[in-house]
Amino acid sequence: MAFYDGVFKTLGLEDWCGEAASNAPLSMADLLAKAGGEKAEAAGPIFPFPSLDHLNKSCDSVIQTRDLTKGIEDGFLAAKPALKSVLDPLTQPLSWMLDGALYLFNVVPWFIMIPLLVAISWYASRSKGVTIFVAFSICLLAFIDHYDVAMQTLSIIFVCTGISVLLGVPIGIAMSRSDSLQRATVPVLDLLQTLPTFVYLIPLIFLFSVTESKLYGIAIILYAIVPVIRLTDLGIRLVDRDVIEAANAFGMSSRQKLIGVQLPLALPNIMAGINQTIMMSLAMVVIASLVSAPGLGVNVLRGIRNLELGVGIVAGVGIVLLAVILDRVSKAALSRVDMTRVGH
Amino acid sequence: MTAQPKVRLRNLYKIFGPIDKTVLEHVKAGMSKDDLLAQHNHVLGLQDINVDMQAGEITVVMGLSGSGKSTLIRHLNRLIEPTAGEILVDGEDVMALSKDGLRGIRQNKMSMVFQKFALLPHRTVQQNTAMPLLVRGEDPAACEAEAVKWLERVGLAGYENHYPAQLSGGMQQRVGIARALTANTDIMLMDEAFSALDPLIRTDMQDLLLELQKELHKTIIFITHDLDEALKLADHLVILKDGAVVQQGEPQGILLNPNDPYIEDFVSDINRARVLRVKSVMGPLDDTTQYAGDVDVGDSLEKLISISGGETGQAYRVLDGETPVGQLDMRDLVKALVPRVSSSKAED
Ligand SMILES: Nc1ncnc2c1ncn2[C@@H]1O[C@H](COP(=O)(O)OP(=O)(O)O)[C@@H](O)[C@H]1O
Ligand SMILES: [Mg+2]
Repeated sequence: MAFYDGVFKTLGLEDWCGEAASNAPLSMADLLAKAGGEKAEAAGPIFPFPSLDHLNKSCDSVIQTRDLTKGIEDGFLAAKPALKSVLDPLTQPLSWMLDGALYLFNVVPWFIMIPLLVAISWYASRSKGVTIFVAFSICLLAFIDHYDVAMQTLSIIFVCTGISVLLGVPIGIAMSRSDSLQRATVPVLDLLQTLPTFVYLIPLIFLFSVTESKLYGIAIILYAIVPVIRLTDLGIRLVDRDVIEAANAFGMSSRQKLIGVQLPLALPNIMAGINQTIMMSLAMVVIASLVSAPGLGVNVLRGIRNLELGVGIVAGVGIVLLAVILDRVSKAALSRVDMTRVGH
Repeated sequence: MTAQPKVRLRNLYKIFGPIDKTVLEHVKAGMSKDDLLAQHNHVLGLQDINVDMQAGEITVVMGLSGSGKSTLIRHLNRLIEPTAGEILVDGEDVMALSKDGLRGIRQNKMSMVFQKFALLPHRTVQQNTAMPLLVRGEDPAACEAEAVKWLERVGLAGYENHYPAQLSGGMQQRVGIARALTANTDIMLMDEAFSALDPLIRTDMQDLLLELQKELHKTIIFITHDLDEALKLADHLVILKDGAVVQQGEPQGILLNPNDPYIEDFVSDINRARVLRVKSVMGPLDDTTQYAGDVDVGDSLEKLISISGGETGQAYRVLDGETPVGQLDMRDLVKALVPRVSSSKAED
């Protein structure tokens, strides 16, 4: 009755297939067919692709595709305790930091927080325009009662960017020193950047519970750390070879070279990487609201789920404002280090 | 003349490529640079270099671009590792040094001046100049004082707080020289240090170097592709071709007796009257000659021609200080002005 019966017969595989009562779970197509009655079966394709599900109809020993996905799931579940026992203590500080930052941004009253943020923008950018824009944007967000959520988003970005830089710069330095390490790392970085952001979340949800902040913390860091690593590596490799040769000729140790020559000269590139990292954290923190990351993203999600158009759009505009603030401040800081390098 | 050369290169070979030690055999058996590249895909950098560099002298290494000059000078402080051979500095085998030992001699024995200056762009002129001392971990205030002193010496007082990018090429190279002098090393390595500069500024820099050398008596290894520059600076001239030494010795001697067509080409269009000194063409004293006047051993032939007013029938007594050391017949002078290539052709 099934299309591929004949194939198994001619191959003499009937015995292997076995007459064991077909107690395999029904495939989706079968279910649909049942629901649709006889007519559905008649409407099936004349020459179906020999997929697992179609072959299974003729031969019970062939697994169904759902067995495959189930196998992966079982595999994950089996590995989970071991993975968890390693990863849990390792990543626990991330939860503390995120929770701490959220708490801190929450308890510090606005009349201290806003001037503080404005002062930081001034210190980083040394640009009047940028600083005034930051002050204006934050006040605007506060005025439309989005201060709290905006601060939540901001605190998560601060923590995740900070950790990305702390981990990413040393990784980038190591990569710049070893070609084989670079060759090994680049595909991983490519993977992290091309993997659709939602796909990150799946294994993480399995490993950690949705109530833990590190779940979204890890997702954000994995996604956002890539540009810092790449541009640190690139920046150090791009340092003028003549200058490095001079450093060697005067007997600098590799430490003196790194701190006195390579890092300062790579700084503009590293800063460009940090700028991208900040922007990518922001993009990811919105998506991470799916796995309980607080902040503006939650309102966007509410807009989508409940079709509350206004809520979603206002939150969206808030995100854009934050993005512009973060971008302008970090870009202004970047152009400042570039200036000192050329010596104006 | 001196007891021990400051720097000695002994049977030095350098081949660029992954299995340089293996293909070395072919080079020792006489394979040429082109064949080595074609058959083994290795580049012959240096072959069988034997050079002694005396303390307090300027040794100039000259050759066309690609002849291996930069490769040679980078062996002295092992910025490039040799394939085979010995490098001795003050009798000490540089190849036997540990990593720290090597850093030690780079910090304390040799400083380097680069063709493209290679200053740290993010540091001021003064910080750049103090760098060699700071690397050694010396007291910052003392480093600063030393840097200021040498910057003034090379004529850059007042530019301490500029950044290299704010200075002209000539001024940047003065910083490069001040940096090397601040290191206060016996040996100075200069790789085409003046080649990137305009001709007028280049002459200034050569004069500056000679003036400093008169005072400091460093052992300078100077690379150039310019024969005029080589003749002006060299106490000892080494001529490289395709990674091998074709002739070395006292520059005037090489000019008068080139032993290779390659060198004859080099020296054929030089202004010999300006470069050659009386010392190189004078003959022994003989009492019978009537002298038209006295000249100094260090005078150029050009000067003598103007003294004699173009008269070729005369002879001059040559003095080294106060003592007569020889005599110069103007006819010998005129002969010396003609490069050997054409004179040998004329004889044919
Ligand atoms: N790292 C290297 N790898 C391969 N070949 C090299 C390398 N460095 C120099 N060479 C070759 O060695 C030869 C001498 O180069 P170099 O010492 O730079 O010449 P110069 O300074 O006299 O112009 C050239 O043929 C050059 O191509
Ligand atoms: Mg060179």
